[in-house]
Amino acid sequence: MIMLSPIQWMFYLAALLAIVASLKVITGKNSVHSLLYLVVSLLAVAVCFYLMGAPFAAGLEVIVYAGAILVLFVFAIMMFGLGQDETLHAPQVASLNIWLGPSCIAIILLAQLVFVIDSGALQEKLTSNIISAKQVGTLLYGPYLLAVEVASFLLLAGLIAGYHFAKPDGQDEHLSLHQPSNNKGEPS
Amino acid sequence: MSAIPLSHILMLASILFVIGFVGVIVRKNTLYILMSLEVMLNAVGIAFIGAGSAWQQADGQVMFILILTLAAAEVAVGLALLIQMQRRFKSLDIDLLSKLKG
Repeated sequence: MIMLSPIQWMFYLAALLAIVASLKVITGKNSVHSLLYLVVSLLAVAVCFYLMGAPFAAGLEVIVYAGAILVLFVFAIMMFGLGQDETLHAPQVASLNIWLGPSCIAIILLAQLVFVIDSGALQEKLTSNIISAKQVGTLLYGPYLLAVEVASFLLLAGLIAGYHFAKPDGQDEHLSLHQPSNNKGEPS
Repeated sequence: MSAIPLSHILMLASILFVIGFVGVIVRKNTLYILMSLEVMLNAVGIAFIGAGSAWQQADGQVMFILILTLAAAEVAVGLALLIQMQRRFKSLDIDLLSKLKG
């Protein structure tokens, strides 16, 4: 048996948690529960990123993925009743055990976080080979500037497509009311 | 060089990718297909970050940020399509979308 360093040990634990949570995502019956497991899986992957020496990516993973994209999922499910057709058939469990799985995984991840903060030697080892956000930023706005522009176009396209597809049917009429007519518009 | 060997990171990435792929193939609910797509994109991000940290280059994280924007745009369009689908078919079964089949 090879002796694992604490960093390796924590990485494998977080990787195992990510795999277990992802398996629970795709085998879930209730969409909100699956979403909860997906959040926990992304948090576990963020811990992996941190241990790999990419704290900036770990922060982005938590803020953008788990914080923004998954909240978008929650909004869509809750506001438009997307989870209705399966929660009708699911048994109505009003007990705590639906929270048990995600909370267990999240508590283990929290224990890892506390362990890293507590141990100074581990932090010394982790901060020795990180890639800082400054390096990423100079690269992003240097050689990859065109890719950033293309990504912004992609986000704009996503915004317009999301607005267009999600609006209710028959809301196109108000657009025609505000068509500028030539004789009333500003004189050009 | 970080403490974790690159091969293990790539193994983790491929396992997560396969899990997401199986989810996309197996599930019939379109919402689950979107969530499995998220898992797949995330696995690709792990591979990029792992390779970037193995060679001590920041390019991996740049690619991860681009994947992040792609995932955000994809989720926005996908969820809007899901809302339309719920409105028209009152269900999220992806087999209902087979009307374009010739």
